Amino acid sequence: MTATIAPPDAAPTRPSRRSAPARSRTQRREARNGWALLSPSVIILAVMVGYPAGVMIYQSFTDYSVKNKVQGTWPNFVGFDNYIEVFTASQFPDVLVRSLGLMVAMTAFIVFFGVLIAVLMTRLSRTWRITVSVGLLLAWAMPPLAATVVWGWIFDTKYGVVNYLLNTITGTSDFTNHSWLENPWTFFVVLTIIVVWQGIPFVAFTTYAALGQVPGEVLEASSLDGATGLKRFRLVVFPYLRSVLTVVLVLQIIWNLRIFTQVYALQSRGGIASETNVLGTYLFRQGVGEFGITSAIGVVMVVLLLVLSWGYVRTTLKEEEL
Amino acid sequence: MSTQVSSGMQLGTAGVEEVLDGGTPARPRRRSAQSRRPSPRRVAVRTLLNIAALIVFLCSVFPVYWMVNMALTPSNQIISRTPSFFPFEATFRNFVTAWSREAAPGQTDFPHALISTMTVTGGVLVVTLLFAFLASVAVARFHFGGRRGFIVSVLIVQMIPGEAMMFTIYGMIDDWRLMNTLLGLGIVYTATVIPFTIWTLRGFVAGVPADLEEAAMIDGCTKTQAFWRVTFPLLAPGLVSTGIFAFIQAWNEFTMALLLMKGYNLTLMPWLNSFQSATEATNWGAVMAGSTLIAIPVVIFFLFVQGRMTGGLVSGAVKG
Repeated sequence: MTATIAPPDAAPTRPSRRSAPARSRTQRREARNGWALLSPSVIILAVMVGYPAGVMIYQSFTDYSVKNKVQGTWPNFVGFDNYIEVFTASQFPDVLVRSLGLMVAMTAFIVFFGVLIAVLMTRLSRTWRITVSVGLLLAWAMPPLAATVVWGWIFDTKYGVVNYLLNTITGTSDFTNHSWLENPWTFFVVLTIIVVWQGIPFVAFTTYAALGQVPGEVLEASSLDGATGLKRFRLVVFPYLRSVLTVVLVLQIIWNLRIFTQVYALQSRGGIASETNVLGTYLFRQGVGEFGITSAIGVVMVVLLLVLSWGYVRTTLKEEEL
Repeated sequence: MSTQVSSGMQLGTAGVEEVLDGGTPARPRRRSAQSRRPSPRRVAVRTLLNIAALIVFLCSVFPVYWMVNMALTPSNQIISRTPSFFPFEATFRNFVTAWSREAAPGQTDFPHALISTMTVTGGVLVVTLLFAFLASVAVARFHFGGRRGFIVSVLIVQMIPGEAMMFTIYGMIDDWRLMNTLLGLGIVYTATVIPFTIWTLRGFVAGVPADLEEAAMIDGCTKTQAFWRVTFPLLAPGLVSTGIFAFIQAWNEFTMALLLMKGYNLTLMPWLNSFQSATEATNWGAVMAGSTLIAIPVVIFFLFVQGRMTGGLVSGAVKG
């Protein structure tokens, strides 16, 4: 992003000229006031995130179900049974592999095209650059559900513009009544198109901004030294992009692994849920009932995403120099 | 000079404003006679680049255009094997239908869903901004034990998918007798939105130099007065843009709304989903009109804040 002067934190840099006891009193007051200001946020996060996380972990080791909830009885402790069941006697492993595969494909497309478009934007005239950014902004701003509904219509079996165009291009009627969503593979193609279409603008704009940080003199010097094209990009430009691209990559991985809206909406347009579920929709379709099982799935999801986001949290903390 | 993902004030750099200001990455440009009289190769490259730009533009815009086009097309022409590429016989009847028809039997219509969504969004906005503002001031201006721990927790919470805990939260909301209520949904949303809001606002507060406050204190203000008179007015843009983030997130949220809300309490997103999935009888013109109506506020707000959005997302990370 922008190269900035990291804003100095107020408190630590202020030279303290007070005596030791006074200082500790000030410190204690700062701590009290600080926590007082934090408390509303802490309370809502503890109640709405911390507590359910704890409950979820506990329930994942029990056979808690709607029956217990209705009758008010305590569930039995079943150890790792839920986890064993989830991994051996359910579709979960398939869903997990599918989610990971989709995540890799989507992330690769989004980052590749995003960076490509950012580089393109740096080489365009002003008018063209504005045109491209307006297009990207519109794609980005669409609510995901509305976008999916529209794309679903574009790929509609009977009246979709895609089938019409393919018929026109091929000069046949092969695509009349061709259903894109019924076959899981073409379902994933449509899904990937939607997610990539909406994901590219973020990467493109971020990378474009980062490209603006490459000093002109460095580029000039490198071109005088005879570096051209890809070589110049790899050796001169890329180092400036690295930190931004790392964050962008981690975010894309996380976001693409937890997609829900697009998959769910496409499924309700004609996808076969059992063959197209990803982690989020699989969990959702488990339905209310076997809280033990759904909790185990939730725990696996959280652990997976926490492992993946650890890199992000660390990078952020390092860069922010808190 | 290292590229740094840093706090809010400096983050408004990645968006269209910069593009519009012609904030191009500085590029060595040799103004020789050659560049004034372009060589054929140069013209070819330029043309190729412009074609690429045109393709990118068309690909990004087409679905949005198609949505509006379909929304304006009379329903008998929508259901046609040959799509109409331009709304020559533009009609607003689809919008009227979208506005007045129920999503499905027993499920709400657009105005009710709109009111529900606006109520939840408004409530979430106010509570989130208030809580997050206090927290961000604490984090950016105070120094105390546990501050770093809090920030790390906020970052981690952002990364935990709420979807993973959907049934635990469902059970909780049910226990509290808040199922199918706007209050229940609002509480869930507030917890989802608040980490990002704290993080972004923290950047804005930290971006206002503490020296300004100290100068005011030398002039006789108390610490509190100095904050309200000097720092707070400078935070207004930050509050507006983080407010808009929160708005867009709550407006676009689908999973929990789908799980928690029923019948007449549906918010706009589950309304749209039921509206389109009633397979055979679906009035596609109306669905497209509904999508357009739902997208308009988001698009408008988005255009205001997208510059900060990029930066905020890089350092804050959420997706609608």
